[in-house]
Amino acid sequence: MSKFEKIKKIIIKKPLKLDCGITISNYPLAFETYGKLNKDKKNAIMVFHALTGDQFASGKNPVTNKDGWWSYVIGPNKALDTNKYFIICANVIGGCMGSYGPSTLDEKSGKKIGINFPIITINDMVNAQFNLLDHFNIDKLFCVTGGSMGGMQVLQFVANYPNKSKIAIPIACSASHSAQNIAFNELGRQAIMADENWKNGNYELENISPAKGLSVARMAAHITYLSKKGLEEKFGRKLQKRDKIKFSFDADFQIESYLRYQGSIFVDRFDANSYLYITRAMDYFDLSKSFNGDLSKVFRNTKTKFFIISFTSDWLYPTAENREIVIALNAINADVGFLEVKSDKGHDSFLLDVPDFTNSLKNFVDNSYRI
Amino acid sequence: MKEEFKIIANSIEKDKSILDVGCGDGELMKFINENISKKIRGLEISKDNVQKCIERGLTVIEGNAEMDLQQFPSNSFDYVILSQTLQAFLNPEKVISDLLRIGKTSIVTIPNFGFWKVRFNLLFKGTMPVTKTLPNEWYNTPNLHMCSIKDFVNFCNNRKINLFKSLALTNNKVSSINKFNLNFKNLTSELGIFLIEK
Repeated sequence: MSKFEKIKKIIIKKPLKLDCGITISNYPLAFETYGKLNKDKKNAIMVFHALTGDQFASGKNPVTNKDGWWSYVIGPNKALDTNKYFIICANVIGGCMGSYGPSTLDEKSGKKIGINFPIITINDMVNAQFNLLDHFNIDKLFCVTGGSMGGMQVLQFVANYPNKSKIAIPIACSASHSAQNIAFNELGRQAIMADENWKNGNYELENISPAKGLSVARMAAHITYLSKKGLEEKFGRKLQKRDKIKFSFDADFQIESYLRYQGSIFVDRFDANSYLYITRAMDYFDLSKSFNGDLSKVFRNTKTKFFIISFTSDWLYPTAENREIVIALNAINADVGFLEVKSDKGHDSFLLDVPDFTNSLKNFVDNSYRI
Repeated sequence: MKEEFKIIANSIEKDKSILDVGCGDGELMKFINENISKKIRGLEISKDNVQKCIERGLTVIEGNAEMDLQQFPSNSFDYVILSQTLQAFLNPEKVISDLLRIGKTSIVTIPNFGFWKVRFNLLFKGTMPVTKTLPNEWYNTPNLHMCSIKDFVNFCNNRKINLFKSLALTNNKVSSINKFNLNFKNLTSELGIFLIEK
């Protein structure tokens, strides 16, 4: 467990009433920071991670020993320049990298909470992370940003705290999770729950894990992060270390081998119950619901400056859904910019080296900081 | 900066809100942003241009005026600018009505198809005109609905659009257009600049 000792954590005493009705308090929130907070505390950026991300957005992740998930974006002289900005990234509640989640030990029983963890929402995640502003004594953030589920958290953050960030950059996301995306999440959950090792969520008690189910969930989800063109270019019908097909169910094709590998490495770093809880939170996300379907009203009090970014080949959070956010903000005359970046890398584009994306992000952030 | 942009910028009062439709690489927006009003936003169809605008620190939405103007609320800007793009729309009439709805004042500029060089091309050479303001050949021009200064003035009159200022531009010289010199200006001007209101 020593590698988990490198995780920074605060215990949040302030009670948080979750959307499901349960109130939590004294819960851990794990986070990481990059760069230095200025004296005037006006250079703080809060980055929100996506479904399977964590607080280690840049540098080496001490647990997985891999590069942080947003290494292309965060670092010295990069889009989110750590020479200039103080970047805070927390592990969402429900996650499995040290924040309060299904793998947190229950104080009374000493066992992992598992399936007794309450159902959480994007709203709950954001409200929990907001406590970090108090922790760092920051009155107002300079920027909130994130992609995919991270983008949803950006929207929720501005909705909940209309004047707590100067700028907001939701990337490749949506203001309400589509039926297609709920369907893919359900597929993943069913794969986990169909694994006999899931044991109704109590697998930890028997020291086993539904690795096969979680791996299939990851494989299915991974396809949705790519694009048809990207798959064609990278894999096509190329065979995996063989000259001809073997007339078996072995991984003949490179794409099969690739997906199996992605599934297998995922189970080493991610908790199956966390996957259930976080995908559920995404499904429940519908920002305009409480305003009778009027997304504009969600943001009516905001003074935040928005920049929305989508990607041409992203079919999971397509441009049309990102554009709905732009339209809603335009309808209330909010300060909003929008760019659809050309990329064949699908939804994953926001995590990859896509210069049109990283350059525009950098230009927007740096120009907004100067004003 | 080109003369046309100077005239547009001079028509705008300080600190008013402006939407630049088809803002290109943001040259005019940047000038207005630095000298006249910070409350300026752009709409632009080209990804490259949107990225250039962002580089210049301008707020721009990537979009197509014909589809995306409808999302802007009525009377949400003091000025809406449409510089030399009216002729490239499938439905210029619809775009003009959106401009009038969104802006209190709209500033529309058009390359004048009535300019003598244009007429000369067609009349004597028998070929589609290629001039400084109309640089493309017939097969690669983005222009779908060319009109002359006179056409635009008639268009406004027929629709009871309040055309309260009309300027003509030739060789960087600006002059006023009125009903007495309309035919002459229609022949001698490269560009028409119009301020219109509902």
